[in-house]
Amino acid sequence: MLLSLAIWVPIFAGLLVLACGDDRKAELQRTLAFVGALGGFLVTIPLWAGFSNATAAMQFVENLSWIPRFNIRYHLGVDGISMLFILLNSFITPLVVIAGWTVIEKRVGQYMGAFLIMSGLLNGVFSALDGMLFYVFFEATLIPMFIIIGVWGGANRVYAAVKFFLYTFFGSVLMLVSLLYLYNKSGGSFEIMDWWKLPLPLDTQHWLFFGLLFAFAVKVPMWPVHTWLPDAHVEAPTGGSVVLAAIMLKLGAYGFVRFTLPILPDASRGLAWLMIALSLIAVVYIGLVALVQTDMKKLIAYSSISHMGFVTLGFFIFNAYGVEGALIQMISHGFISAAMFFCVGVMYDRMHSRNIADYGGVVNTMPKFASLMMLFAMANCGLPATSGFVGEFMVIMGAMKANFWLAFAAATTLVFGAAYTLWMYKRVIFGAVANEHVAELTDLNKREFLVLGLLAAAVLFMGIYPLPFTEVMHASVNDLLRHVAIPKH
Amino acid sequence: MAFDLALALPEILLLVGACALMLVDLRLPGEDRRASFYIAQAILLACAGGTLFVLAGTAGQTTYAFNKLFVADVMSHLLKLAAYGAVSAALVYSRQYLLDRGLLRGEFLSLLLFALLGMMVMMSANSFLTVYLGLELLSLCLYAMVALNRDSAASTEAAMKYFVLGALASGLLLYGMSMIYGATGTLTITEVARHIGPLARDGTQHPFLVFGLVFMVCGLAFKLGVVPFHMWIPDVYHGAPTAVTLVIGTAPKLAAFAMAMRLLVNGLLDLAHDWQQMLVILSVLSMALGNITAIAQTNLKRMLAYSTIAHMGFMLLGLLSGVVGGNWLNAADAYAAAMFYTLVYVLMSVGSFGVLLFLSRKGFECENLDDLKGLNKRNPWYAFVVLLLMFSLAGVPPTVGFYAKLAVLSAAVNAGQIWLAVVAVVFSLVGAYYYLRIVKLMYFDEPKDDAAAAPSFDTQSFGARLLLSANGIALLVLGLLPQGLMSLCFVAIKSL
Repeated sequence: MLLSLAIWVPIFAGLLVLACGDDRKAELQRTLAFVGALGGFLVTIPLWAGFSNATAAMQFVENLSWIPRFNIRYHLGVDGISMLFILLNSFITPLVVIAGWTVIEKRVGQYMGAFLIMSGLLNGVFSALDGMLFYVFFEATLIPMFIIIGVWGGANRVYAAVKFFLYTFFGSVLMLVSLLYLYNKSGGSFEIMDWWKLPLPLDTQHWLFFGLLFAFAVKVPMWPVHTWLPDAHVEAPTGGSVVLAAIMLKLGAYGFVRFTLPILPDASRGLAWLMIALSLIAVVYIGLVALVQTDMKKLIAYSSISHMGFVTLGFFIFNAYGVEGALIQMISHGFISAAMFFCVGVMYDRMHSRNIADYGGVVNTMPKFASLMMLFAMANCGLPATSGFVGEFMVIMGAMKANFWLAFAAATTLVFGAAYTLWMYKRVIFGAVANEHVAELTDLNKREFLVLGLLAAAVLFMGIYPLPFTEVMHASVNDLLRHVAIPKH
Repeated sequence: MAFDLALALPEILLLVGACALMLVDLRLPGEDRRASFYIAQAILLACAGGTLFVLAGTAGQTTYAFNKLFVADVMSHLLKLAAYGAVSAALVYSRQYLLDRGLLRGEFLSLLLFALLGMMVMMSANSFLTVYLGLELLSLCLYAMVALNRDSAASTEAAMKYFVLGALASGLLLYGMSMIYGATGTLTITEVARHIGPLARDGTQHPFLVFGLVFMVCGLAFKLGVVPFHMWIPDVYHGAPTAVTLVIGTAPKLAAFAMAMRLLVNGLLDLAHDWQQMLVILSVLSMALGNITAIAQTNLKRMLAYSTIAHMGFMLLGLLSGVVGGNWLNAADAYAAAMFYTLVYVLMSVGSFGVLLFLSRKGFECENLDDLKGLNKRNPWYAFVVLLLMFSLAGVPPTVGFYAKLAVLSAAVNAGQIWLAVVAVVFSLVGAYYYLRIVKLMYFDEPKDDAAAAPSFDTQSFGARLLLSANGIALLVLGLLPQGLMSLCFVAIKSL
C-alpha cells in the first residue's frame, strides 16, 4: 500500500493542481503543489522506518493482476537497492516546488503539475517489479520532462526538448523488443525476478545486452551517447535540471542493476571490459571537457556525466565495494548535482546569465550563498566528510581489488573534478566585484536558504555517517552479486 | 428463412432507415438539418440495438444465413458496433463544419449511412460475392462523398483519382477471386477454406492459387492503403472536405480489416505461408515510407494521411505473425492484436480529425501545422486532448496507442520475427518526431497574431465538445485499463 501511495499521491496531487485552472489561481496551485509534494515525501518515510536490513527479498510488495491478457502485473516492491531512490526522489520534489515558487510566473499550474506527476512516475520506475510496468513508467516520465524543458526552458529549448525525447525514445524502444523477447522465452511472464532465473544462451545474452544497453546507456548517459544531456540541462529550467540530474539519470544506472546484471550475468561479465572502457572514457575525457566549459550549467552537466561514469564503473567490477560505492555515489550525486543546479539557478534568477565570464566576486555581495556553494563544490570534488567522498572512495577501493591501473585511471577524477569545480567556483565567487550587476546582487532569501540548507545537511550527514545508507543495501547487493556469479548458459 | 432475416436485422434496419431518411429529409423544415441529424443518430442507435439483439439471439455462436452468403459472429458484431460509434462520432464532430460550408445536406447523411451498410456487409460476408458487394457499396458512396463539395477543384480531382484507382483495385480483387473460384469451384469462403488445403499442397495447383492470391492481396492492400498501393491516400485525404476525410480515415479501416480477416484468414489460411511473405513487404514498406514522408508534410491532413499508411503497416505486423511454420497455436493472439490495433487506431483517428474539424470554421480551414501554434495558451484543455492523441499515435505509454503497438510487437516476437519488430520500433521512433512536432507547436510556440486564424472551439455545441474530451480521455483510460478491449478482441477472433 505504501508504494502505491508513493506513486499515486504525487500524481493525483499533480492532476488536482492541473485542474485548478489558469494563472489567476497561481497562489492556490503553488500551495497545493507543495502540500502534495510534502505528502508524497511523508508517505515514503515509513519505507525507511519499516525497512528490514536483514533480507534481500523484496519488501512492501503489492502484486495485483493488471492486464491478464499479457500476464502483466501491477507488481511493486523495493529492496535495499531501490528503496533509497524512492526516498531521494520524494525528498527532491518538495525542494523543486519551493525553488520554483516565485521564479515560475507563467503557467504555474502546469509547471507544478508536471513535476508532481513526474515524481510519482519516477517512484513507479524504482518500485516496479514487472518488466512491462517498469517500461510504462520509464517511458511515461518522458512526457512531463519534454513539456518542462520545452515550455519553461531557455532560448534553444525546442531543440533540446526534441533531442532529449528522441534520444531516450530510441533507447527505450529497443529495450521494449528485448523485454518482449524475454517475455516470450520465459513462457509468458513479465516478472523481473522470473527472468533472473531464466537460462539463456550466451549469444542471446549478448543480443539482449545490447538491446538493453542502448536504453540504459542513453539515460545514464554514457559516452558516446551523452550528447543530449548538456543540451537538455542547459535549456531546462532549474527544477528540470535538478530532477534530470538527481533522479532521471539514475534510471539508467538502476536499469543496469535491476535488469542487465542479474538477467544477463554471462554477457555482463564477458562485456565488462567494454563497459569499463566506456566508463573510464566518461570519467577522464568528459572530465577534461568539463574543464573548458564557459557555461556553468554545461560544466555541471559534464561533471554529471563524469560522475555517472564512476557509477557504471562500480557496477562492472563485480565486487561489493564497487556496487555499493556506485549506489552511494548515485544517491550522493542526487544531492550534490541538485544542489549545484539550484546554486546556478539562484544566480541565474538574479543575473539572467549562466556565463562564467559574467560573474566574479559574488562572495562580496552574497556571502551566505558563497559559503553554501563552497560546501557543494567541495562535495562535488569528493572532499572527505562530504557525501561525494564516500561513493568515490568505495568505487576506487573496489577497482583497486580488481586492477591497480583501473583504480589509478578512476582516481584521476579526483584531480579533474577538483580542477573544473574549484576553478569555476574561483572565477564566479572570488575576486573583486566584476561589474555593476554583481554589485547589485542580493543574498539568499529564506526560501532559497531553506532549499540549499536542507541539501547541505543531507550532503554532510551522508559524508560523516554513511552507515545507515550502506547497511540498507548490504543484503541486496550481496544477493545481486550472487546472481551475477552464477553462469546461466 | 425467418431466422435468416433476423440475423441481418442491423443491416435491414439501416437500409430501411437510410432510405426513409433520404425521403423524409426533403420534407423536413430547418436549414440546420437538426431533425435529419437526430434521425440519423437514432438509426445508428437502432442498429446498435439490432446488433446486440442478434448477438444475444445467437449467444455468440457463429451462425450462417442466406446459403452461407452471410455470417454473424462475434468479430462482425464487435466491428459493427465500433463502426456505429465511429460514424456517430463523425456526425457529431462534422456537423458544425458542414453547416458552415453548406454541405450538411440530405445526401451527406444518406451516403454516409449507405457507406456504413457497405461496411457492415463486408464485415459479415462469407462469400467472395458478398465481400465484393459490400466493398462496392462502400466505395461508391465514398467517391461521391469526396466530391460532395462540387465547386472545389481539389475535391473533384481527389474524387476522380480515388474512383479510377479504386476501380482498378476492385478489378484486381475480382480477378484474384475468379482465380481462386476456378481452383476451388466455390465462392463461399468457408467452402474455399475446406477445399484449399489439399490444393495448396499440390505442386501443380499451388502456383495457380498463389497467382490468384497475389491479386487479392493487391486489392486488399489498396483498401488498407499500404505501400505500394497507397498513392490515393494523401490526395484523397487532402482533397476531400475534412468531414469526409474523417469518415474515410476511420470506419472503413474496420471494414478493410474485416475483409482481410475474411479473405485471408477465414478463406485462405492454408496459403498463409505465401500471403504472410507478401504482407511482410507491404508492412515494412508502409512503415518506412509512411513515417519518413510524414516528416516532410506541412499540411496536417497530408501528415495524418501518411501516418495512416504507417499505422496500417504496423497493423499488418499482427496479421502476418499468425502462422509460424504451418503451426497456428498463436494465431488467435496475433490476429487479436491486429484487431486491437485497428480499433485503437480508429479511436485515435476519429479524435485527430475531430480536432481539425473543431479548429476550422466559416471561411477558415485548419489544415496547416502552423494553425495549431500556441493552442495551449488559448485552450489548455483541448491542447491536452491533442497531446494525448499525439502521444497515443506515437505509441508512448500510458496511452492506449502503446498497448496497440505492444500487442502487435509481441505477436511478431512470438512468431520469431525479431528483425521485423526491430524495424518496426525504429520506424516508430521516426514517427515519434512528427507527432512531437505537433505537441511542440501547441505547447512551445506562441500563438499566431492573426486573430482570424486563431483556433477557437466556441462555435461547437456542448455535446460535441464533451465527446471530443471523452475521446481524448478514453485514450488514457484505455491505456490504464486495456484488458477489457484486448479480451473482447481475443474472444472475437477465437470465435472465427
